[in-house]
Amino acid sequence: MRATVSALIRKDLRLERRSFESVPAMLMFSVSTFVLFHFGLDRGSLEGDLAAGVLWVTVLLASVLGMNRLFVAEQEQGGFDGFLMAPVDRTALFVAKAVVLFCFLVAVELVAVPAFVILLLEPGPGQALPELLAVLLLADAGIAVVGTLVGALGVQTRARDLIVPLIALPLLVPVVIAAAEASSPLFAAGGADPFPGRWLLVLALYDAVFGLLAYAVFDFLLEE
Amino acid sequence: MATTATGASPPAVALEGVGRAYGERVALRDVSFTLPAGATVAVFGANGAGKTTLLRILAGLLRPHAGRACVLGAELPREAYRARGRIGLLGHEPMLYRDLTVRENLRFHARLHGIADGRAEELVERVGLAARADEPLRTLSRGMAQRAAICRTVLHAPELLLLDEPLANLDPGGAAAVAPLIGRGAGPARVLISHDAEQGLAEADHVLGLRGGRQAIWAPAAEVQLGDVRGLYA
Amino acid sequence: MTFGRGLRALSIASAVLITGAFALVFFYAPNDADQGFIQKIFYVHVPLAIVALCGFVAGGIYGIRHLRSGDRADDLRSYVAIHISLVLAVGVLITGSIWARAAWGHWWVWDEPTLVSFLIVFLLYACYQPLRFSIEDPERQARYASVFAIVAGAFVPLNFMAVRMAESLTHPRVLSTTGGSMPGEMRLTFLVALAGMGCLFVTLWKYELASKSASIQLRSLKRRLAGDDGLAPLTRSAAPQQL
Repeated sequence: MRATVSALIRKDLRLERRSFESVPAMLMFSVSTFVLFHFGLDRGSLEGDLAAGVLWVTVLLASVLGMNRLFVAEQEQGGFDGFLMAPVDRTALFVAKAVVLFCFLVAVELVAVPAFVILLLEPGPGQALPELLAVLLLADAGIAVVGTLVGALGVQTRARDLIVPLIALPLLVPVVIAAAEASSPLFAAGGADPFPGRWLLVLALYDAVFGLLAYAVFDFLLEE
Repeated sequence: MATTATGASPPAVALEGVGRAYGERVALRDVSFTLPAGATVAVFGANGAGKTTLLRILAGLLRPHAGRACVLGAELPREAYRARGRIGLLGHEPMLYRDLTVRENLRFHARLHGIADGRAEELVERVGLAARADEPLRTLSRGMAQRAAICRTVLHAPELLLLDEPLANLDPGGAAAVAPLIGRGAGPARVLISHDAEQGLAEADHVLGLRGGRQAIWAPAAEVQLGDVRGLYA
Repeated sequence: MTFGRGLRALSIASAVLITGAFALVFFYAPNDADQGFIQKIFYVHVPLAIVALCGFVAGGIYGIRHLRSGDRADDLRSYVAIHISLVLAVGVLITGSIWARAAWGHWWVWDEPTLVSFLIVFLLYACYQPLRFSIEDPERQARYASVFAIVAGAFVPLNFMAVRMAESLTHPRVLSTTGGSMPGEMRLTFLVALAGMGCLFVTLWKYELASKSASIQLRSLKRRLAGDDGLAPLTRSAAPQQL
């Protein structure tokens, strides 16, 4: 199982390096959205609730781009068939794809979050970095799990690009709630406010529940 | 069900009354035949006669809706996992990633099947792709891609080959190069879909003719005339 | 396969309970001191919400049963449960909005976690039929729909919890009743209304199941008589068309 998962992950990362389909698009989309928010809100800088909201909505919308493309190569180039005929545990595909989506999100955030800080944030969250990292990682895990499941659900339907965001965005509302609540004190002007740790628990619970659920039902999406 | 009483291996394919429908449209109905290990059956039929559906059922990708299907001794769909990794499928698509090189594609398949990399190298040499093996698949011509697909099909030394027009797009050099891998003397049992009646008959031990999803011909190749096969397309 | 057992008894029970609930609401339950008569919409809004939530979860449970057994009748049950619950959810949003307007002056209040959760749940389940419609192969349609029903069914309680946590810290509940504990008359009326709504749901569910399964069986009989090609092919549909 581990060998299969790592072979799948390496294949997908290599494909992404060759074709640059997902990560650059997600990144450019994020930065463009920050600019749009600047003009839409007509504010030079944001803090607290507003900053957290803008950041998380943008991350979520960018992740939809990644979800849409996650299984496209398999679908269009016969990768599903090849995988289904191999003597491997089929949930390895779910694990591998979720890890890949997680990696894409982390890669995008490595650039998008600093961009956000520079473009939109009131100066100050340097000392809150570890907490912000924790929120980002837990939220990314939730998005990766749900995104993989919904991506697989959508890829073999006709209206793929529409169905995926319509289903994924409501499912990810708890992630937005928890991540925004957890990170808004970190973006307060004049230094971070105390960190509400219970929202990390909510994120962890969400990740656990959906992780297990997706793991259990994913096989049924692969059969024909 | 590993061996029969006499010690011979079980039939490669044993179908009894197999049927499959897509919604209300019946794609296959009441198909029954037995293919001994190592033998070849040529499947003929017009477009839409059910050939691809049959192939996908044998590959374990589609579940039969009626009847019993036994492939390599494993009953589908219940025991489908036992046959996985022992079947090679060559469809219309090469089932390879266009942005990866031939070598990378074959290595990936080797990893999925637990085969050592050396075998992939050996196959690349044998089909004459060594010079282009490090170029992305999308830069290769259809014929070269077909050779790569054939490598992928036989990489894990399957006991049953499911071939949908394997020589399409291949030049005579290519056809000669792949013959030892997927041709008559290669070893595995073969289910061969072909539109070339003469060539198909020459290659086969048995002939299966499908018309409208039903079995119109099932006979040893020696007893089947060219005219019978042509009649399927009428 | 018959789904119509007990329909007459259920229909009568629903009619009785709902009429009874209406009578109690108008003549028995007290008027709320702050909000006046309009507060009585609570007796419609909250039972609708509870029954709709149970319906969504039931849809998920039938989804699990379908995946485990492959029995398409379970998929039909799941489809109808979700379908009816979606209609009820719209009812929740409308009655909630009316209540908010009457009690608070706005057509929408973000401070009421039930209402907000239902908006999200509605947005999610509104995708159920489009998802089904976009998959042509009936078996795959049923399977994917079951996966959706299971994930969405698990999502409903999680979502409720998250929204409630987010709001409860800042604002008190707007549409709650008398600070949480209900006096006897209100409780009785509420329970009767809830029972009536639940009965109504089950009755409608069974009616739709009976109707759909009858037309499916009718079609399969027609096909057997007319032969495979004798009938016009089925048009694409989100609803299950084969059992």
